[in-house]
Amino acid sequence: MARAAARSTGRLAWPITAIAVVALAVLVLPLVALVVRAPWAELPELLASSAVLEALVLSFTTAVLATAICLVLGIPLAALIAHAESWPAIPRRLLRAAVTVPLVLPPVVGGIALLMLLGRRSLIGQWLDETFGVTIPFTTGAVVIAQVFVALPFLVFAVEGALRSSDRRTELAAATIGASRWQVFRHVTLPLVAPGVAAGGVLCFTRALGEFGATITFAGSLPGTTRTLPIASYLAMQTDPDEAVALALLLLAVSVVVLLTLRDRWLPGATA
Amino acid sequence: MTRTPRTASTLGAAVLLAFALAGSLSACASTGGTGDEDPNAPAATEPTMTTLEAAEVTVLAAASLTEAFDDLATQFEAANPSVEITVSYGGSGALATQIIEGAPADVFASAAEPPMQQVVDAGLATDPQVFATNTLELVVPAGNPAGVTGLDDLANPDLRIALCDESVPCGAASAKLLANEGVTAAPDTLESDVKAVLTKVSLGEVDAALVYRTDVQSAGDQVEGIEVPAAADVVNRYPIAAITGADSGNDASDAQGAAAAAFIAFIAGDAGRETLDSYGFGTP
Repeated sequence: MARAAARSTGRLAWPITAIAVVALAVLVLPLVALVVRAPWAELPELLASSAVLEALVLSFTTAVLATAICLVLGIPLAALIAHAESWPAIPRRLLRAAVTVPLVLPPVVGGIALLMLLGRRSLIGQWLDETFGVTIPFTTGAVVIAQVFVALPFLVFAVEGALRSSDRRTELAAATIGASRWQVFRHVTLPLVAPGVAAGGVLCFTRALGEFGATITFAGSLPGTTRTLPIASYLAMQTDPDEAVALALLLLAVSVVVLLTLRDRWLPGATA
Repeated sequence: MTRTPRTASTLGAAVLLAFALAGSLSACASTGGTGDEDPNAPAATEPTMTTLEAAEVTVLAAASLTEAFDDLATQFEAANPSVEITVSYGGSGALATQIIEGAPADVFASAAEPPMQQVVDAGLATDPQVFATNTLELVVPAGNPAGVTGLDDLANPDLRIALCDESVPCGAASAKLLANEGVTAAPDTLESDVKAVLTKVSLGEVDAALVYRTDVQSAGDQVEGIEVPAAADVVNRYPIAAITGADSGNDASDAQGAAAAAFIAFIAGDAGRETLDSYGFGTP
């Protein structure tokens, strides 16, 4: 009986399967081409160059920092959005839109916006410059800020989804036996949504690692300070496509490794 | 926003995952153009007075040519209503790579000879013609807030400095100029094309930068140029050539090739010279 049911619901109409295969090809073929065209023989030499290592270290450090900041800022925001369920429609939708817009915004627009907010001629930037002598654009800090801006919504929505599908009764039970709101959040809610937090953190990290548009617009491109792997790859394409392909392959490998390592443990959405 | 059902956390995570991966891989932007595959363009350049058949010509041009080529394309289209010119601008090195990778282009105008040579070496262009020259100039935001006076200020680590990356012609020229003058620059950013450098100056985000003198002119009141006498020794030569694709079996190729050749002749001719002069380009 179970088998018969599986057969009737498990088979798709052929046009759907055919289109799905095309869709899959759209996603997979470019990556296959990248792997095929890679200059495998020169790869170790290309990747061992000091410029590549510098970009790799910078990318990793900034992406880890950005992820940490996203976790600290994003979990409370996710909790607020989940809590906003009971709010009137207009503020609830505004809150949600505020997180969604950066998610769908082209990153370059984010970079321009950050420059308008924190650039030297902006209100905040000018004040920082005059008061502390600090300018933000063209620093490694600017890279992290750009990454946080583009990656934060990914974490927020992953955690928010987990919060909303978690069982509220456990929290209620904890509250009834005298736990404070903070204790409930810390000892009940957080452990409940830990898989969502981890999944969100991974998404956030990969997104930060791949950040290009906002970074090059807001932080510029200086080796060792702001030139991350994606920017190095883009610049290499101008002079040495082999190096660009090697760098692209490195980014692809990092993304895949991150997913594979964390898949079984924390990424329910990515498991078979 | 859509309402999220219970199972949405896993589904949502999968969708977001796809976004994240796509984002991490989309670092390479490509500039698209209209127009069909490359024609086997006739090498001979004809005078523009002959009536041209309808054609769409795609021109890939160095970023520093933006204002001049926008103007020239408009003039050419006015004189030849049957021809439509689409110009796409970028760093010369990136454009050369795009052409070699098969981007549909009929004409390539580079800000220096090495990127053009790459295209010639790939068998995609013959006989490039140098049609303009350019030299570098120091540029500062309007009012010169940091009080920059000369090339030596580029070595000051307390100033915000932008330069072109050495992989693009303006960066190669900047490196040469700085080396000639024995200045070790302390840049805060190395941009991928000259217009990106200029933008940082116009916005006041950097105190000084090296760009082409034509860019200083095109930026108007937002920036001020400071002439550097030594820059006269570092001259960028701009070559232009028709792109001859290996195999293009389309009907339009002859008309397109003729139109491309006519556009090149127009740029290299008197009208082109006059316009290029007005934007500050030198005569080769």
